[in-house]
Amino acid sequence: MAAYSEKVMEHFMNPRNVGEIENADGIGEEGNPVCGDMMTFYIKVDKNERLSDVKFKTFGCGAAIAVSSMVSEMAKGKTVAEAKKITPDSVAKELGGLPKQKMHCSNLGAQALNKAIADYEARKRGEVPAHEQKSVTVDDEAEAAAGCSCPSCNHGGEEEGAPYCKPCQVVLRTCPNCKKIITQDAKTCPDCGAKL
Amino acid sequence: MSATREVYLDNASATPLDPRVFEAMLPYFQESFGNPVSFGDRGNKASDAIEEARAQVGSLINAPEREITFTSCGTESNNLAIKGLAAARRGKGKHIIISSIEHFSVLHPAHTLERLGFEITYLPVDEYGFVDPDQVKQNIRADTTLVSVMYANNEVGTIEPIKEIAAAVKGSGAVFHTDAVAAAGVMPIDVQELGIDCLSLASSQFYGPTGAGALWLRKGIQVMPLLEGGVQESDRRSGTHNVPGIVGLGKAAELAKQEMPARSKHISALRDKLMAGLKEKVEHIALTGHPAKRLPGSVSLCVNFIEGEAMLAFLENVGVAAASGSACTSKMLKSSHVLNAMGYPPEIAQGSLLFTIGVRNTEEDIKYVLEALPPIVARLRQISPLYDKFLKSRKEGK
Repeated sequence: MAAYSEKVMEHFMNPRNVGEIENADGIGEEGNPVCGDMMTFYIKVDKNERLSDVKFKTFGCGAAIAVSSMVSEMAKGKTVAEAKKITPDSVAKELGGLPKQKMHCSNLGAQALNKAIADYEARKRGEVPAHEQKSVTVDDEAEAAAGCSCPSCNHGGEEEGAPYCKPCQVVLRTCPNCKKIITQDAKTCPDCGAKL
Repeated sequence: MSATREVYLDNASATPLDPRVFEAMLPYFQESFGNPVSFGDRGNKASDAIEEARAQVGSLINAPEREITFTSCGTESNNLAIKGLAAARRGKGKHIIISSIEHFSVLHPAHTLERLGFEITYLPVDEYGFVDPDQVKQNIRADTTLVSVMYANNEVGTIEPIKEIAAAVKGSGAVFHTDAVAAAGVMPIDVQELGIDCLSLASSQFYGPTGAGALWLRKGIQVMPLLEGGVQESDRRSGTHNVPGIVGLGKAAELAKQEMPARSKHISALRDKLMAGLKEKVEHIALTGHPAKRLPGSVSLCVNFIEGEAMLAFLENVGVAAASGSACTSKMLKSSHVLNAMGYPPEIAQGSLLFTIGVRNTEEDIKYVLEALPPIVARLRQISPLYDKFLKSRKEGK
């Protein structure tokens, strides 16, 4: 199992700001349970453009939960402009480092927060918020995964045709023979066995 | 809940070394350190010890001792079987059949052979993880040289119908190998009665040392060695013998044979208690693998809405060691291919948990785990957006 820093363990065992915000000003969802990690962030923004409250719910490993907790702590009280500057790297740094294999798969908190901020800004402009257009259920995702999934992390669905899997950032391409999505460096298609 | 007890329920990863095995190994580190193939007394002593171990391992599976080849681990045994048999028998054909739930030490060599021009058929399994012997038969062709199906699955515990599969292979000209690493030394295996040709085992699964394994290969079947350059193991596996390891494997095999009925009774009683307790105490779980035809110490399940590694970390915090097939646990960041083949969707497989019981476990251990797990599950579900969605959809009566 991955070796976690003390800080990661501390945030994992005692996550801050778990929950939902009713009438949130912005909601952002990142990741996918199929891939292993999924985070939902809720933000409340006051009249000074400050994040007066940040809450989250996370499905995932110890790192994913610790990342969410840390992002919520880092973002709370910051202005929208400041909060936008939180990156996966700065989160990892605050946590005293993350195991290498967790950097891409579990470190989605900053993206989820940014989506919540984008949602807030879209609402402010009067656009329909993204998360209300599409209601994601587990069944939908499982179905999507059956049709198309990242061979590296099993992430399924909306990235069909994308050059890489967003959650795990592995570069992808399509098998010329069976058209299934495979990793860029595959020498044989794991699905149809075609030589590439 | 703080850790008031150390409960080791990860015996599938490695069993603790039996003190009697340790005693048997000790003289071969310092006093009798000779190389078994060198001339003289020291070499002879080591050589005798190895031959005794060969007889002990042969006796465990009812195979003639001369048909036992010592290896460094179960992974090596499986590699030698898959690559070695495919290479030695390539004149007959290049088609191989394996199940889709094999251990990576069978699957990955098969992938390698695929790259080298072999054709591999991956057999599906049903919801319990069973391979269908009829499907084995239907997939055998004139150029099929090797069929490999594991004796029992290390992740979900299901015991395969090996005798029936062996019967399906018989007469086709193909060789039948079984990866019995999870089963050998744990349950009675008689290779003659099963009618198989080749079997892998490893000592770290039955209270022997790590770094020692064996491959049994029926007389007359050729295998291409992976390691060459010496004279050891009838040229099937060169390299200086790990004498203490082999002695330990032999002693562990002897003890396993003698004590198997008592061990099995003790372990399976604890297994049944744990399975019943989990069903009673934790909502929304699925016990995986076959409920009855399973390894005596194996309890495997998927816990809905939460992820396995997070559960392991909380369990470790209260002194419980277990395992999971979740993507986050594996170094490959991919959820269990076994659960996937059995039809579990990836997000359910992410919640996989595996407890493997050993001889040292007690009823108190099981009680402790059954106390420890429910609050951990409740806590993680409280954080989980999937549990929220589930509760909401239930409320809406969907």
